[in-house]
Amino acid sequence: MKKKRIATTSLAGCFGCHMSLLDIDERIFDLLELVEFDRSPLNDLKKFTRRCDIGLIEGGCCNEENVHVLREFRQNCDILVAVGQCAMMGGLPVMRNAIMHSDDPLRECLDEAFCTPKVLNPENQIPNDPALPLLLDKVYTCVDVVKIDYQIPGCPPSGETIWRALNALVKNEAPALEYDLIKYD
Amino acid sequence: MKTKKARILEIEPLTRVEGHGKVTVHLDENNKVTEARLHIVEFRGFERFIQGRLLWEVPVIVQRLCGICPVSHHLAAAKAMDMIVGVDQLTPTAEKMRRLMHYGQVMQSNVLHFFHLCSPDLLFGFSAPAKKRNIFSIIKEFPDLAKKGVLMRKFGQEVILHTAGKKIHGNSAIPGGINKNLSIAERDSLLKDIDQMLEWSQEAVDISKNYTLEHLGLVEAFGNFKSNHMSLVREDGALDLYDGGLRAIDASGNLIFDHMDYRNFDQFIMEEVKPWSYMKFPFIKSRGNLDGWYRVGPLARMNTISFIDTPLANARHAEFREFSKHKPANMTLAYHWARMIEVLHCVEKIKELLLDPDLQGSDLKLTGERREEGIAVIEAPRGSLFHHYKVNENDQVTYCNLIVSTTHNNTAMNLAVTDVAKKYISGQSRITEAMLNHIEVAVRAYDPCLSCATHALGQMPLVVELFDADNNLIDTGSQFVNKSPIQTT
Ligand code: SF4
Repeated sequence: MKKKRIATTSLAGCFGCHMSLLDIDERIFDLLELVEFDRSPLNDLKKFTRRCDIGLIEGGCCNEENVHVLREFRQNCDILVAVGQCAMMGGLPVMRNAIMHSDDPLRECLDEAFCTPKVLNPENQIPNDPALPLLLDKVYTCVDVVKIDYQIPGCPPSGETIWRALNALVKNEAPALEYDLIKYD
Repeated sequence: MKTKKARILEIEPLTRVEGHGKVTVHLDENNKVTEARLHIVEFRGFERFIQGRLLWEVPVIVQRLCGICPVSHHLAAAKAMDMIVGVDQLTPTAEKMRRLMHYGQVMQSNVLHFFHLCSPDLLFGFSAPAKKRNIFSIIKEFPDLAKKGVLMRKFGQEVILHTAGKKIHGNSAIPGGINKNLSIAERDSLLKDIDQMLEWSQEAVDISKNYTLEHLGLVEAFGNFKSNHMSLVREDGALDLYDGGLRAIDASGNLIFDHMDYRNFDQFIMEEVKPWSYMKFPFIKSRGNLDGWYRVGPLARMNTISFIDTPLANARHAEFREFSKHKPANMTLAYHWARMIEVLHCVEKIKELLLDPDLQGSDLKLTGERREEGIAVIEAPRGSLFHHYKVNENDQVTYCNLIVSTTHNNTAMNLAVTDVAKKYISGQSRITEAMLNHIEVAVRAYDPCLSCATHALGQMPLVVELFDADNNLIDTGSQFVNKSPIQTT
């Protein structure tokens, strides 16, 4: 059987979902028999080298670059999977959208971090160098930005859950996860 | 012909976690490097949006900043909340369960960094082709070594599973204690592998030590600069990853402060904001922002502590001190050796704790007189981690300040990058892929949690963009896509 090509990325996530993929432990050796990794933080590939069968997305979109990367993944992957709570629903970063009684939650976050007497910042300047990508007004989930084919819940989904889902996808089947593999914590 | 101008090279690593990093190298008209900067380009706003949440939620929420060392955040927050609920001393079962969890965490994170991330550089060389420098090649070419790395990480994760309830983002540490003890079955499942882990962690110390000794020329010339160092130490000066007082020393080993009560940390430490990074720059107030910066993490800890309270690791620490002539070691690449000594220490501690019947105790939680403010410091895998909260009478958080480990190393990483860029890029008319990897290696040695993994898992793929003095993009390429050396003019 021809090996499937997989790409992965971490947008506004904590890397925990990638860590959970590594929690398949010794089965990583078996996984490498089934798939080949293309663009991924697991290796050195920054650009897609060719079209991929499966793209795994961790994290939602916090800045313009996250959006850009997510769109690239949609263009280059046949099947796109949102892995974990952040990609599906925004996770921890999306809490910034929910700051109550505020017209500009982002501004409040920046002020709290950079414009307080506890730091040395005489001009109260918020970092604004051109090397920094623009932050979005609020945090968006992956579904807000592109079409997503499958979602795997969990924060993170366990190694076992990711392993089962991948095994199904590699066989061109829809991942049918048993009840006890679907967790939302 | 184009006239020569000052330029900026932009080197952008794409992988990340709770932050995404990028390096720019600034060149003058003679292609001499003037400065290199590590930019942290991601921003969350945690300190603001945690306000209003309930105190018991904090240890569970805050760890979602980092999936590589979640336990450190979980425990730092829990320790701060202990203070708020008025508990200064936990029950033995609670304290030992938390410690066991933390040793599992430091072990797995250090192993991940060394085997999964850095071993390709060390085994294939900094100049090996980008395609080859990854854990998959290690699995192919050094399957035994890869297997040990995978199984050691697995062991650390299992310690976390049995103490925290989940391998990633567990929830057992609660204000004033812990919500589970260790069952006999859990204990025995861990004990059966412990001696194997002891053996492998000693091998890992040997690998990293021998690497340092065999490549001494490189190690001494690569990102080697004087700095202050800081970490927690136990009352008697021993390494303590879970609690203690803060000790800082200067580059010659003289004390700056010792056994400082971390609850007063804001009198000793301040952070500076710079416009080109979302990560702030901490410094020791008494030395000022220019000279007061310091390093944290395994290297700093090996420099600050007086000894280690477990025999095997202590002997290795003595060896390390011998090597650095009993002065602080300032070599960036010596972080690897220091990191493996800590793995050995953690495994020894895990064994000691597993044999302690207190872990089966049932006294799990205490309460005391309520306070408004909670401050905690813990030694996370990458260095001292500070959490500071205020909570109102409705149990809601009203103030939060975090200084994460990688932030403490901000200035040091910038200097390491500048140092390496000056050595390997200055005066060159062409930038090769190997030169770029040298810069990555310098950042990677600090195991930055910029992402608790700007590249935690692999190499940092780089894109270089060339700008002229007016900031117009004149060329772009990446080390993988464009295999020919990138023209800089
Ligand atoms: S879903 Fe959870 S584990 Fe995954 S990136 Fe988000 S916070 Fe981390």
